[in-house]
Amino acid sequence: MIRRQFLLSATAALVIAFPAFAADTVKVGLVLPMSGPFSQYGQQMQNGIKLFMKEHGDVVAGKKIELIVKDDGGIAPDRARRAVQDLIVRDKVDVLVGFTFTASALAAAPLAKEADKAMIVLNATSSGITAANPYMIRIGQTLPQITEPAGRYAGAQGYKTIYTVVADITAGHDAEAAFTRGLKAAGGEVAGTLRVPAQNPDFAPFVQRIKDGKPDAVFTWLPPGEATINFIKEFNQRGLSAENIVMLGTGDLTDELTIEQTGEAGIGVVTTGHYSMAHKSPKNQAFIKAYLAEFPNHKWPNFMSVSAYDGMAALYRGLEKTGGNASGPALVEALKGEKFESPRGPIEIDAKTRDIVQTVYVRKVERVDGTLANVEFQEFPASRDSASQ
Amino acid sequence: MASNILGILFDGLAYGSLLFLIGVGLSITMGLMNFINLAHGTFAMAGGYISASLSQKSGMPFLATLPVAFVGAGLFGLVAERLLFRRLYKAPHLDQVLFTFGFVLSSIAAAHYFFGAGQQMGVMPSFLQGQIRVYGIDLGRYRLLLIAFVGLITLALHLILSKTRFGAQVRAAVDNQDAAAGLGINVGLIFSLCFALGTGLAGLGGALGIEVLGLDPGFPLKYMVYFLLVVVVGGAGTIRGPLIAAMILGVFDVAGKYYVPQAGAFIIYVLMIVLLLAFPTGLGGKRA
Amino acid sequence: MSPRSSAIERLASPRPRPVEVLAWLLPALAFFLVPDNLALGVSIMTYAVAVLALDLVLGYAGIVSLGHAAFFGVGAYTAGLLAVQGWKEPLTGMLLAGAVSLALGFLASFLVVRGKDLTRLMVTLGIGLVVYELANRLSSVTGGMDGLSGFEIGPIFGVFSFDLYGRTAWWYVYGVLILVFVLLRLVVSSPFGLSLRAIREGVSRMPALGASVDHRLRTAFTLSAGVTGIAGGLLAQTTQFVGIDSLSVGRSADFLVMLVLGGTGRLYGALIGTTVFMIAHDYLADMNPVYWEFWMGLLLMAVVLFARGGVVGAGRRLLQTVKTKFARAAP
Repeated sequence: MIRRQFLLSATAALVIAFPAFAADTVKVGLVLPMSGPFSQYGQQMQNGIKLFMKEHGDVVAGKKIELIVKDDGGIAPDRARRAVQDLIVRDKVDVLVGFTFTASALAAAPLAKEADKAMIVLNATSSGITAANPYMIRIGQTLPQITEPAGRYAGAQGYKTIYTVVADITAGHDAEAAFTRGLKAAGGEVAGTLRVPAQNPDFAPFVQRIKDGKPDAVFTWLPPGEATINFIKEFNQRGLSAENIVMLGTGDLTDELTIEQTGEAGIGVVTTGHYSMAHKSPKNQAFIKAYLAEFPNHKWPNFMSVSAYDGMAALYRGLEKTGGNASGPALVEALKGEKFESPRGPIEIDAKTRDIVQTVYVRKVERVDGTLANVEFQEFPASRDSASQ
Repeated sequence: MASNILGILFDGLAYGSLLFLIGVGLSITMGLMNFINLAHGTFAMAGGYISASLSQKSGMPFLATLPVAFVGAGLFGLVAERLLFRRLYKAPHLDQVLFTFGFVLSSIAAAHYFFGAGQQMGVMPSFLQGQIRVYGIDLGRYRLLLIAFVGLITLALHLILSKTRFGAQVRAAVDNQDAAAGLGINVGLIFSLCFALGTGLAGLGGALGIEVLGLDPGFPLKYMVYFLLVVVVGGAGTIRGPLIAAMILGVFDVAGKYYVPQAGAFIIYVLMIVLLLAFPTGLGGKRA
Repeated sequence: MSPRSSAIERLASPRPRPVEVLAWLLPALAFFLVPDNLALGVSIMTYAVAVLALDLVLGYAGIVSLGHAAFFGVGAYTAGLLAVQGWKEPLTGMLLAGAVSLALGFLASFLVVRGKDLTRLMVTLGIGLVVYELANRLSSVTGGMDGLSGFEIGPIFGVFSFDLYGRTAWWYVYGVLILVFVLLRLVVSSPFGLSLRAIREGVSRMPALGASVDHRLRTAFTLSAGVTGIAGGLLAQTTQFVGIDSLSVGRSADFLVMLVLGGTGRLYGALIGTTVFMIAHDYLADMNPVYWEFWMGLLLMAVVLFARGGVVGAGRRLLQTVKTKFARAAP
């Protein structure tokens, strides 16, 4: 049985991989949320990809890069899967790029694996998903990776009582676990936990509960969007910031896409994340300048744009190394252990897990030259997906 | 402890007020006019965008944008009714569902096109921010505003519907269209005005809700369940019913989330099912 | 015989007409004509099973359900979890998926029969929301938002393995769809099915005829839930993945929209509505990935304005007009 499957997939690889050598193009299938509640992410990613191709041309290793965009509509794994099936079978793409949510990446993984296609995952953040397809590379972030440093940071601050408030969904549970792990490693302990519904229009009762508990600090993970904005505002309105309760979170909490909407209420929130628009490096400054020039209507490039930009950088680097061979095994082999400079700082693709290794920064929301920014003040270099180790 | 309970009660009433404000317009278009209007959220969203655009782009004070949001959404509703919705008053309910659902989908894409996909910014004046302390209870100022608006709207609607000539004509037209027309009432016009009133209230609710509910193109779908919840549990066609329903749901939801946070997500849904089974025609429903 | 009674007789007959047999060959033909679009075809036929089931409660029993995704998702999780536990045989997996949803539907049916349209709509919606939240809470079993993945499905009859192109999935789902259609056709044309329609037309008179209205409605709802569960099982097996969105309100709304788009109470409306909706969605989303919803919305509104009673209803009326015109033209 195993042998038969091996033979089958070997022949499939031959049949499917052959045209990639012969043709002068490399077809890239993009699976992004272009419509629905997360369409901003899709837009950010598409911008990052366009910007990279504008700067580096659409020909690499003698191959022309051709993009085909598919909308997965947000967290809709069966649509993502069908999009991938269509991309492979109908459009005959060579590489798959995108995947904002874990469910989409995991739903597509078996197909890509069977067809020997490389998957460059731009965001899906759950721990250890690269195990689902030997040709999957994650270039964005993992939630435990950016959350555990928040725990370590909190532990070092000497807060006496710390609460966690997370959305009652898998990502929230993962964040709660990673924060607690980091805090324990730094000698601290969580005094109280609160899990809130993901669909929750009013945070009053939860914020009141925190207020009554009078902790020194609160760690928060909520789905980015109106939930994060509303929570921070309610926290401020109820006078918790005035009582010097520190709000900690991951980068999503004060993401560039919502930082302005949160407004003054967000000032002082401390988060750990992998990208800030305010990251001080020549590479980032050049990136932002080029981005704003290219997309004047999108004033806030965020981690989604950057991971898409880096995803294309990884693809180009891989193709250069393989001489234009875009098959999954060849590309992934070429990219294992690859290190390069991103607008977010130095990044590396782990040779063993094919997962992202990067610096996680501790940042605080401040007003810089009139605009709100996540100002970095501490680093956790070479952070990995801590949960899968 | 007592102040604690009163504080929770206040927050619950404020949340109930929000539910009422975003849903009351639907009680008119759907309840009174017997038109299954899933597009309610679209008009709420329109009011929200009017308010947000005015306060962001031309610096108009938040409170001044509210009447504009009401009138703007009402006019939008009036135009939509004259051009589209009036053709469906006599159509089967399922056709109304399909049509208004299509309207919602189109409006989401249109809002995305014109206003972008991101969250809009609510600009609250400083006197509406923070809390004031009354007899040892902290009351949110914005929440007080919501409660005040509920009182205002309930009173205004009561006066309009029961004391004015227009109100009498509405009641006649709703009870029996043919008889009302026979008495020389312009039923078409009455219905148009009713629809404009309902959508105007939706717009007002959308504008008042930005601070808590946020505002993005997905608004009409995201909160559709909440609009329907208030109106159906309350009993379509009345103002009192949705008011009672919104307050009960608001208080139980907030108290439940405060005292039993583990059950947070279930409370409102389970309460809805229980109330519907106990009062199949709604809390304030008189019509069988 | 008046045209009306002959129409009822035709509707009520479970025997297939030749034109129907031909119509049912279309999917098989499509397999060979558009071999690159099998993924879409499998999706259409999977959802068609669920929409057919919804037609039984909405089109025949007159219960508006906005909670059918609960049964769809529970079926999907049942089939997925069975496979995770090593039960890889697809046919029994699918039937068990249907059985679990059937049981859930039976429990839910007691809550559903009370009240009128809107009340029922909200109660079913509430049931759907509660089931969704439960699946979210039980994330250690269901995978929560990350979904249930990493399972494999064995070959059908121990011979035909599921493949990348969806060929096996196509024939599998096609076969199940035909069986489900035949089953539902038999149900709606049975005395039970006729009594459902009588209830829909005028509930108050039915008890006078000695028929238990609630009991019949509950039976129809339970059966519908079971068939919806089969559709969910098919989704899990053909995609090797179960997402929590399979339980969502959005999914329930999609089913309802597909059914009304095609036309209720005809079974064929369910098939045509699903096909039109899914193809339009795919086509529009490929054409304009960002703003496709605008065109989709326009399509739905246009159908209501210009084709009352859904695609099938409009087609039937058109046919009728043509017939009368011809009858007049040829005296």
